[in-house]
Amino acid sequence: MIMATLALALMGVLLGAALGFAARYFAVTDENPMIKEIEQLLPGGQCGQCGVPGCGAAAVGMVEGTLPVTCCPPGGMGLAEKLATLLGVTLDAGEMAAPRLARVEANECIGCTRCYKACPTDAIVGASGQLHCVLLDACTGCGKCVDVCPEDCIDLVAQEPSLDTWRWSKPQAA
Amino acid sequence: MEYLLFLIATVLVNNVVLVSFLGLCPFMGVSSKLDPSIGLGVATTLVMTLGGVSSWLLEHYVLQPLGIGFIRILAYILVIAAMVQFIELAIRKLSPSLYRALGIYLPLITTNCAVLGVPLISVREGHDLTQAALFGFGAALGFTLIMIIFAGLRERLALSNVPAVFAGPPIAFVTAGLLAMAFMGFGGLI
Repeated sequence: MIMATLALALMGVLLGAALGFAARYFAVTDENPMIKEIEQLLPGGQCGQCGVPGCGAAAVGMVEGTLPVTCCPPGGMGLAEKLATLLGVTLDAGEMAAPRLARVEANECIGCTRCYKACPTDAIVGASGQLHCVLLDACTGCGKCVDVCPEDCIDLVAQEPSLDTWRWSKPQAA
Repeated sequence: MEYLLFLIATVLVNNVVLVSFLGLCPFMGVSSKLDPSIGLGVATTLVMTLGGVSSWLLEHYVLQPLGIGFIRILAYILVIAAMVQFIELAIRKLSPSLYRALGIYLPLITTNCAVLGVPLISVREGHDLTQAALFGFGAALGFTLIMIIFAGLRERLALSNVPAVFAGPPIAFVTAGLLAMAFMGFGGLI
């Protein structure tokens, strides 16, 4: 019993140490470390508003130069400025698109439930036969609900910063 | 010659998927397309052969001398999981193209019950080191063979006129059962 415990513990320690050394020895270093750094700065909502599938692809695009630093609307101007200093590109202040969030047109909604089933972040509230409503805090603006609505009553509207939506911490976080 | 017969027996007569019914999870899960099936089969061959050898060494140099054979399952899983992780790290560094082809399958194979089951059967049969290595290799070869056959069958089934209630997994399971019955024909071959 003691021998079994000791043997397993010793094997665990030795194998763990071996794997640790192997991770250092076999570390992959030729991937540009800038890509990882930029990916960590991006919001991570995988919404696709930048035009490429996911934040990982956007990071690669920005490092390679195929995407401008202003391509991320949920990140906002703060993120664009931070990325511009990181990548060493000049920032064209006027080009930023405001973040777009979904909005249900209440007069036309028939309560079919298709949009909230499509929402990947669970940002739509509603039930069958009831009006659906978008929770702006949870919406990432991916557009999946817009595609499935049979009445065409959801659109993505640009959010102007207001006293309620402007956050001091956002530019610092980015 | 004897080893060749041993290999044929492991691949056909005691086929790990259709006769011993191990490794059914990736068998049903990955075999709907041919390319992932081949990738998984090759990765499993690598893991099972090395797993067979390392488990034999563990058994005969650690477990039996210390008389702790009862922790066999724990010890084997520990060694196999660590070995698969090591293989993944090594492949990622040494061959990026190979990593892109079969890197995603390696963690999947760790949880394949055949990878644990084959060394355990090896212990039960009392193999020596060469036999254990050949047994692992042969079992994985049999696994790959069945995956390729089944992938081909499923790709054809996807295009045929299957009744709606049977479409997808049900007809796949029925086909797997029929294939198992067909492989019973190899019984007594060697």
